[in-house]
Amino acid sequence: MAGKTLFDKVWQAHEICQNDEGQSLLWVDRHLAHEGSFHAFNKLAERGLPVRHPECTTGVADHYVPTNSRNLISVQPKVRNVIEQLIENTRRHGVELIGLDDPRQGIVHVVGPEQGITQPGLLMVCGDSHTSTHGALGALAFGIGASEVAHVLATQTLWQTKPKRMRITVDGKLSPGVTAKDIALAWIAQLGADGARGYAIEYAGSVIRDLSVEARLTLCNLSIEGGGRCGMIAPDDKTIEYVRGRPYAPQGEALVQAEAYWRTLFSDDDAKFDCEVVLRGEDIAPIVTWGVSPEEALPIDGRVPHPDGALSASKARQIQNSLDYMGLQPGQKLTDVKIDRVFIGSCTNSRLEDLRAAADVLRGKTCKVPGMVSPGSTLVKVQAEAEGLDKVFIDAGLEWRESGCSMCVGMNGDLVASGERCASTTNRNFKGRQGPGARTHLMSPAMAAAAALTGHLTDIRDL
Amino acid sequence: MQPINQLFALACPLPLENVDTDQLIPARFMKESRAAGYGAFLLHDMRFDRDGSPREFILNHPDAEHAQILVARRNFGAGSSREAAVYALVDFGFRCVIAPSFGDIFASNAVNNGLLPALVSEQDCELLLGALANNVGQIQVDLTAQKITLGDISVGFDINPTWKLKLLNGWDDIDLTNAEAATIERFRESYRNHYPWLG
Ligand code: SF4
Repeated sequence: MAGKTLFDKVWQAHEICQNDEGQSLLWVDRHLAHEGSFHAFNKLAERGLPVRHPECTTGVADHYVPTNSRNLISVQPKVRNVIEQLIENTRRHGVELIGLDDPRQGIVHVVGPEQGITQPGLLMVCGDSHTSTHGALGALAFGIGASEVAHVLATQTLWQTKPKRMRITVDGKLSPGVTAKDIALAWIAQLGADGARGYAIEYAGSVIRDLSVEARLTLCNLSIEGGGRCGMIAPDDKTIEYVRGRPYAPQGEALVQAEAYWRTLFSDDDAKFDCEVVLRGEDIAPIVTWGVSPEEALPIDGRVPHPDGALSASKARQIQNSLDYMGLQPGQKLTDVKIDRVFIGSCTNSRLEDLRAAADVLRGKTCKVPGMVSPGSTLVKVQAEAEGLDKVFIDAGLEWRESGCSMCVGMNGDLVASGERCASTTNRNFKGRQGPGARTHLMSPAMAAAAALTGHLTDIRDL
Repeated sequence: MQPINQLFALACPLPLENVDTDQLIPARFMKESRAAGYGAFLLHDMRFDRDGSPREFILNHPDAEHAQILVARRNFGAGSSREAAVYALVDFGFRCVIAPSFGDIFASNAVNNGLLPALVSEQDCELLLGALANNVGQIQVDLTAQKITLGDISVGFDINPTWKLKLLNGWDDIDLTNAEAATIERFRESYRNHYPWLG
């Protein structure tokens, strides 16, 4: 019998049954709900259904929360209403809420791992595509839509078609200045924004093993930007060390049992993948996006592409369309692209290591452009302040905000103005993502900090 | 959910790649209640200028008002899991999107709202877009036969077999799952024995 992949092992453990067409009914261990869950709760209400297992859901306020204060006094009524619906829905159904005024509040994909809600081998869902983040600890975690959220609330299960398996192996070593963000943008640029569509991704290889748990969270977070259903990394000593002792993690005898199981979660040597992608760590440079899809990414020492050089007419059209929106000239050096502001935050790059990396670039210096830093969670904020990182950012001229999704999606009003260009540590450079007409360049925290200092896209290796 | 089988309806060409969910419905509209309908938000920033005046855009064409089918290029609905993107399409009047690839989460959200994501080859997609020639035109979609007809062009499309059944019958997942209640309870018992630390 052929060996099993990490993904297969976790999938199988949760498979309740299959229907005649081969779809699987899966048991869901943990569900995370943010403000956007109001559609799902409304669906339950319409049918008069209770939440089947309220103890398996945790609510977290992040998408709409203000980052300039911790109360709703000056919040726009419609935004406040969405936040209040989360409070009301969780209260009514007896679901725990990590709300705006909770010291553990933060972005749902930062809070899950930080609190130990995320554990190896769990099946986790959330009505948010970046749920792939949690796979960094060896969980099978993916985003779902509101109808599926309603289904999970009503049944604690979910129907899913089993995805194919893809392994992305990164061997060798990363060069200085290259981060997990760059690994992700490198493979997405290579395979395309739908290159992993229909696949569960496992990241493997020496570079992945060398990554810290926080960097792995960044890498798995971006799996969805390449179309992947989920991204997973086999738990190792680092993972277990990370989970141990966190509030929701098993303790005592339960922890011993859990750890023994977690150590069985890896792809067997003879496991088969439907697709194998191999990258060399040494070949990856610091990367920025230039267009309006994460696949439109290039090494920072490159030039804006020319539609004439495209492989097909449709590609040429796409490039032209992106250039028009982004206000860029073909052939322009990326390092010549001037920016108007920076944003350091989001579930991709707002953990302590990210803030440290940005602060290391900024320490004792002054930014040429304004910008905002929003820590991934209130606990990250407290830790960063204990290390004096807040002072580094403020002294450099950036705003030090409260935690939330903030300018990643602008739902709370933290927006990039129309036509403005933002160097951003977020995950989506879609048209209008950071505000109508806003132009987004994705990059790592250190690269965003470097751009803030110079006022243009900058190669961190030159600083 | 309204079942779907045969559609003979107006189709709107949207010859763009990567029409992501942020374009389908910009985030600022997502705090609205569904009751008023999300149709007005569909592709809002492509349809309207910043001052709200309509742009020269296919969805603003009078014929598009009655369109039920959308034909787009690769990676349609990529991005966020916001089901609001599907609500915007459905509330506008769409019952089917034809494209060479869809964001995974978008496609399953579509099916859960009775919107058929019909997967065609890049080549067939170009054929359909070419025939529509930037105009709204009649297309026939036959879900049972998995066939799309436009004039004398006829192409096949793919769909996950479970999704096909759900769309044909207008089934709702929660009902299907509740029929498995006993199996789920049995599973839970053995699951707890295997992984006692999960409570
Ligand atoms: S930070 Fe951005 S990508 Fe992450 S959960 Fe919030 S809105 Fe989504």
